[in-house]
Amino acid sequence: MSNQGSDYQELPVESYTSGESKSKVLNKNKIRRARIIGVILLILAGVVMFVLAPAAEGNATFGLSFPDDRFQLDALSVPSTGSLYILALVLGFLGGTQFLKGFQSKSTIILGISFALFVVAVMIWATAGQEFSLISMLVSTIARCTPIALGALSGILCERAGVVNIGIEGMLLGGAFTGVVMGSLVGGWVGLISATIVGGMLALLLAFLAINFRVDQIIIGVVINILVLGLTSFLTAQVLVKRPEWNDAPIFPAIKIPILGDIPILGPMFFDQTILVYGMFGLVVFTTYMLFRSRWGLRTRSVGENPKAADSLGISVAKTRYLAVIYGGMVGGFAGAWFTLGTVGRFDEGMTGGRGFIGLAAMIFGAWNPIGAFGAALIFGFSDSLQQKLALINTPIPTEFLSMTPYLVTIIVVAGLVGRARPPAADGQPFEKQ
Amino acid sequence: MELELRGITKRFPGVLANDDVSLTARSGKVLALIGENGAGKSTLMNILSGIYRPDAGEIIIDGKQQHFADPGDAIKAGIGMVHQHFMLVPVFTVAENVVLGVEPTFAGNILNRKKANKEVEEISKKYGLAVDPKALIEDLPVGLQQRVEIIKVLLRGAKILVFDEPTAVLTPQEVTEFFGIVHELKSRGATIIFITHKLKEALAIADDITVLRGGKVVGNADPKTTTQEELASLMVGRDIDLTVKKSLANPGEVVLDMAGVSVMDDYGRPILDSIDMQVRSGEIVGVAGIQGNGQTELVEVITGLIPLASGAIRLKGQDMAGSSPRDIHKDGVAHVPEDRNHMGMIGSFTLAENLVLDSYYEKPFSKGIRMQRQAIDEAARVLVKDYDVRPPHIENTGGALSGGNAQKMIVAREFSRDVPLVLCAQPTRGIDVGSIEYIHEQIVKKRDEGVAILVVSTELDEIFALADRIVVMFDGRIVAELNTADTSPTEVGLYMAGQAA
Repeated sequence: MSNQGSDYQELPVESYTSGESKSKVLNKNKIRRARIIGVILLILAGVVMFVLAPAAEGNATFGLSFPDDRFQLDALSVPSTGSLYILALVLGFLGGTQFLKGFQSKSTIILGISFALFVVAVMIWATAGQEFSLISMLVSTIARCTPIALGALSGILCERAGVVNIGIEGMLLGGAFTGVVMGSLVGGWVGLISATIVGGMLALLLAFLAINFRVDQIIIGVVINILVLGLTSFLTAQVLVKRPEWNDAPIFPAIKIPILGDIPILGPMFFDQTILVYGMFGLVVFTTYMLFRSRWGLRTRSVGENPKAADSLGISVAKTRYLAVIYGGMVGGFAGAWFTLGTVGRFDEGMTGGRGFIGLAAMIFGAWNPIGAFGAALIFGFSDSLQQKLALINTPIPTEFLSMTPYLVTIIVVAGLVGRARPPAADGQPFEKQ
Repeated sequence: MELELRGITKRFPGVLANDDVSLTARSGKVLALIGENGAGKSTLMNILSGIYRPDAGEIIIDGKQQHFADPGDAIKAGIGMVHQHFMLVPVFTVAENVVLGVEPTFAGNILNRKKANKEVEEISKKYGLAVDPKALIEDLPVGLQQRVEIIKVLLRGAKILVFDEPTAVLTPQEVTEFFGIVHELKSRGATIIFITHKLKEALAIADDITVLRGGKVVGNADPKTTTQEELASLMVGRDIDLTVKKSLANPGEVVLDMAGVSVMDDYGRPILDSIDMQVRSGEIVGVAGIQGNGQTELVEVITGLIPLASGAIRLKGQDMAGSSPRDIHKDGVAHVPEDRNHMGMIGSFTLAENLVLDSYYEKPFSKGIRMQRQAIDEAARVLVKDYDVRPPHIENTGGALSGGNAQKMIVAREFSRDVPLVLCAQPTRGIDVGSIEYIHEQIVKKRDEGVAILVVSTELDEIFALADRIVVMFDGRIVAELNTADTSPTEVGLYMAGQAA
C-alpha cells in the first residue's frame, strides 16, 4: 500500500492553512455579539436623551434616611434634566465604544452597568419635581427579595440532589395560607412553624412521586402548584370569608439590632428587619456552607451529579434525595410565611403572584449556588420594590405597566444575561437501582 | 486472596445468563475473563460485586463461603470493581470522589479536606498511581480518571480487583501504563480479574484465561501456549478470520472535500477547528482519536445535522452548505451513526419500517399521503436476506434485535442506496465478532465498488484493519494524516494523545 504515498501529494496544498481560521470564526461571533449589545445601549441612550430628558423638570429628590433614624443623611437632590443628559451621554459613550471596539470579555458587565444607569435615569425622570424615599425602597428591596431568595434556595436544594422542583410556587402559597390560619388561631411562631411543615409535606409528595414512582418531575411540580392554588382559593372563599378572624394573623415586627441598626442606609436595610428576613440570611449562609463543606453536602451533590457513582459507594440515593427535597420544601414553606406573617397578616387568593417562578429564575441566574441566587433575588427584589414605590408617587407610567416590571426583568435576565449556567448533571433524572 | 466461584447460576426471565459457571482467580495472579457481549460476563461481575444474588452456586474467598446482600458486603469482603463506565462525579475533585461514602470529617460532619487529600496521596505513593488529589475529574484525561477509580477501590481495602473492559477508553500509551499498574498491583499481592473482549490484551497480561460463551464456561486457556485465533474460535464457537481481506485501494476523484470547516459549541468555543480533509472514491479513510475529540461533530457536520460555523464542505464539487440533512442524505451521503439505538433506528418500529426510515416518502414506498405497505415489506424482505439480519422477521421490532443484527439492519438500509459517500461512525461498537467480521467485509466491498468511505472509530485495531489512510483527531483538529502502510499503532496513539505534532 506504500505506493499510495505519491498519489496523495498531488492534493491541493493551499487549503491546508489551519491555525488562523479558529480565531477568525471566534471573532465573527464576538463581533456580532458586541454589535448587538452596542445597539441596545445606543437605543437606551436615545430613550434617555430624547424621551426622558425633555419631559423632566425641576429637581429629583431622593430621601436617604427615615425621620426617626439616629443619624440623619441629607436628601440627595439632583437637577433632573441635567443629570439625565449626562446619563444619556455616558450610555451613548458606552454604547458607541461597545459598537465600534467592544469591551471584549467585560461586555456583559458593561451591559449590566448600563442597565443600572438606565434604571437610575428612569428613577430621576419619574421623581422629577418630587421627593422619593430611596431608603424605604432599599429596605423594601431586601424584604421583597426574601421570598425569592428562599424560593431559589428551595429549588437549589432539590435540584442539587437531582430532583427538579417547579412546585416552589405552590409551596410558597401553601406556606402563606397555613401561616395566616395558624398564626391567627394560635400565634405567629406557630404559624411560621406550621407553614414550614406544610412546605415539607408538599415536598414529601414531590419526593414520593418522583423517587418511588419516577413520575415526571415537571408534571408533579405543576400538579402541586395547581393543587395548592385551587385548595387555598377554595378555602379562602368558603372558610376565610365567613370567619375573617381566621385571616387576621399577627405580623412579625422588625427587630432592630443594636448599634449595627444605626448605620446609615445599611442599618435599616440589613439590621432592622423581621425574623423572616434574618432567617433568609441565615438559611442562605448555612445552606451554602453545608452544601459545599459538609459530608451531607458532598453526598447530596454527588447524588445530583452521578447517582450511579454514589450508589456504587453505598450511599442511598433515595434517602439522600428525600432529605434534600424535604429540606427544600420546608424552606419553601418558610418563605411562604413571609407573604402573610411578614407583611400584611392576611391571605389573598394567589397572593404569591409567581414569586416561586421568579425564584426558579434566580436559582438559574445564580448558577445553582445559594449566594449567587441571593444576588439574583436582589435584582428581582429591587425591581419589585421599585415598581411598588414608583406607583406611590405620581409618575407618568401607568401602574399596570409598573407592575409588569419584575416579570419583565425576569425575562430579560434569564434570556439575555444568563451565560448558560450548568445545572447538576442528573437534574430531573429518576434513579433506578439495578 | 484467592477467589473461587462454584456452579454460579443466574436466571432472568427468559434468559439463563450464567449457567453453572465455575472459575478460580489465583492469589497475586491476573485472570482474564473473555467472552462476547451477552456471554454473561457482566452478570457474573454483578454477582461478584453484590449487585445481583445468584440463584445457585457459591462464592468462596480464601476457602470461606461468602454471601453478598448488597455492594457494601462485597466491598467488605475485599472485592473492588473498576467499572467500564467510570463511577465518578466530574465536577468533584479527585479526593472528593475517592472519599465519597467514607469521608473523613471534623465534628459536625464537616469535611476534612486535608485528610482526604492525604489519604489519596498515601495510596498514590504506595502504588505508584500519581494523580493530583485537588484536580477536578472533568479536567483529567481518561487514563488518570481510571487511576482515580483504582485508588477508590484500594482506599476501601480491596484485595481482589475486578476491571470491566478497562482498556476500552484508553489510548495505546495509556494501555501500556495501565498494564504497568496491573503489574504493580500484582506484585503487591492483589488478585486481578480482567474482563475483556480484546484477545491481544488478554494474552499480554493474563496468567490464566477463562472463556465464557452463552453463559457457560467453554474453556480455560494458558496464555503462554494459546493464540488469538484459538481464543476467538472458543469465544464465538466457530472459526473466525480476524484479519480483514482487502486489496490495494484504487482512489479516484475527490468525493468529499472539507476546507477550513469549523463548528462551535453552545458557548462559542470551537469543537471542530478548521478541518481540511478529502476522501476519494474507492478509498477508506479512517478517523482515529479518543472519544470526544470532535469525531462525532465531524460526522454530524458532514451530514448536515449541526451547522457549519465557517469553511466549506463540497460533495463531488458541489457546495453542501445550507442543505438540509434530508437533501444531503438523499443525494450523497449514507450514514451509519455511532449511536445506533438513538440515531440509527427506532426501537419500537418494525424492521420493515426501520429499513425505509430514510426513503418512506419516496416512490414506491409512498403514493401521495399513503404508504405502500406491500412495497415496503417486499424491499425489507430482500434487504434482511441480503444483509443476513437474524432473525429475518420483518414484522419484529428493531429493539428486539441483538446489537450486531441491529447494526446489520442499519448497514443494510444505508449501504443499499447508490451514493458516492458512506460515513460509518463506530460501525462495530459493542457487537459480536461474527457481525464485526460481516460488517467489515461489507465496508471493503463498498469501497471496491468505488464509493468513498469515512470510518470513524475509537478502536485502533479497526482503523488499521480497514483504513487505507488514517487521519488522527485531537481536540477538534486533525493532527496527523498518515498512510496506513507507513505508520504504526504506536505512532497513531501518540497523535491521539496529543503528544506528537
